[in-house]
Amino acid sequence: MKIAISSKGNTLESATDPRFGRAQQFIIYDLDNGTHSTFNNTQNLTSSHGAGIQTAQNIINAGADLVITGNVGPNAFNVLNSAGVKIYLTSGLTVQEAIEKYKKGELENVSSNTVEGHWV
Amino acid sequence: MRIAIASGKGGTGKTTVATNLAFYLKHFDNTDVTLIDCDVEEPNSHIFLRPDCQEPKVVTVPVPVVQEDLCTACGKCAEICQFNAIACVKEKVLIFPELCHGCGGCLLVCPTGAITEKQREIGVVENGKGKDIKLVYGRLHVGEAMSPPLIRAVKEFSPVTTDEIQLIDCPPGTSCPVITAVSGSDFVLLVTEPTPFGLNDLKLAVEMVRILDIPFAVGINRSTADNNMVQDYCRTEGIPVILNIPHDRRIAEAYSTGKLILESLPEYHEQFSQVLGYIKGVLS
Repeated sequence: MKIAISSKGNTLESATDPRFGRAQQFIIYDLDNGTHSTFNNTQNLTSSHGAGIQTAQNIINAGADLVITGNVGPNAFNVLNSAGVKIYLTSGLTVQEAIEKYKKGELENVSSNTVEGHWV
Repeated sequence: MRIAIASGKGGTGKTTVATNLAFYLKHFDNTDVTLIDCDVEEPNSHIFLRPDCQEPKVVTVPVPVVQEDLCTACGKCAEICQFNAIACVKEKVLIFPELCHGCGGCLLVCPTGAITEKQREIGVVENGKGKDIKLVYGRLHVGEAMSPPLIRAVKEFSPVTTDEIQLIDCPPGTSCPVITAVSGSDFVLLVTEPTPFGLNDLKLAVEMVRILDIPFAVGINRSTADNNMVQDYCRTEGIPVILNIPHDRRIAEAYSTGKLILESLPEYHEQFSQVLGYIKGVLS
């Protein structure tokens, strides 16, 4: 089972990035064996529209089963939800701390978008 | 002849200049004029011209529809879409119509012909006549993200002719909607105000028209004698300032009741006469 965590850096000590679509990076953490890899999201950081959609597609294709991030908009939620990816929220933690909290069942699971789209 | 009235900053007086220039042309210069309000997100020329509008024309954009039984989820459509309007995840294709620019690329690359198009309504074109001036304007539906297709439809509604002068009231800014509105014009009048914001955004607008390579000049609205920041910039850059509308309380009072400057204060006709004289001189 793989977790994608929006992150401001490429280590487990990095701060989580509150943004989803325009997160700087994603840490893909494998719960089964404790390994992780990073996923650079710069391309979507600078896209004019649809960053959430593209980011969601990319992390799904990277094999993520769940996402830990700060917020998700309606389109990103739609893509993640259609692929059965669960979404958990965090703020102000490092990637490692967020993973630990998830393991203890202390992160909030969301069943709809938490913010509105940016063009509305 | 098409003259675009644009600005970087919003609220500098594009519509004030466009409507008064139209009024001047029709009533002081006896020239037929169509005012084309391309600020489709918040058109307001009609507030001053109060036209009797005909039946609005519905404007649509094509958006893709996926026939699931033909789709192999190869992902080629999502790959070619430059606007992230298509996502392909876990054997499913998701379409986000509000992001689609209607380019049709996904139809071309789909290897199984699973994609067809349907029309999605984004707004309407209104047209009518008010104060003897023909007015065409667009109204983008609330919540729509993309105005350029509607702006194009508004412009196409009134093709260029030699019998009249067309004035284009542009949206503010320097991005796609403005480029769409300004493109094809013979002259651009950039309206600004003597504030740091006005000057900053004027500089961006100047860069834009220089790239588009259209002759242009600047008009200053709410101009005061003690503030020369815009004049100084224009002098340094060699840009002609062809209109100065003073910071006159009476103009604001007329505006607040939906009246044009030239209806309430006809003595300002000289200002607009100069604008027209200059533009005609440049284009002749």
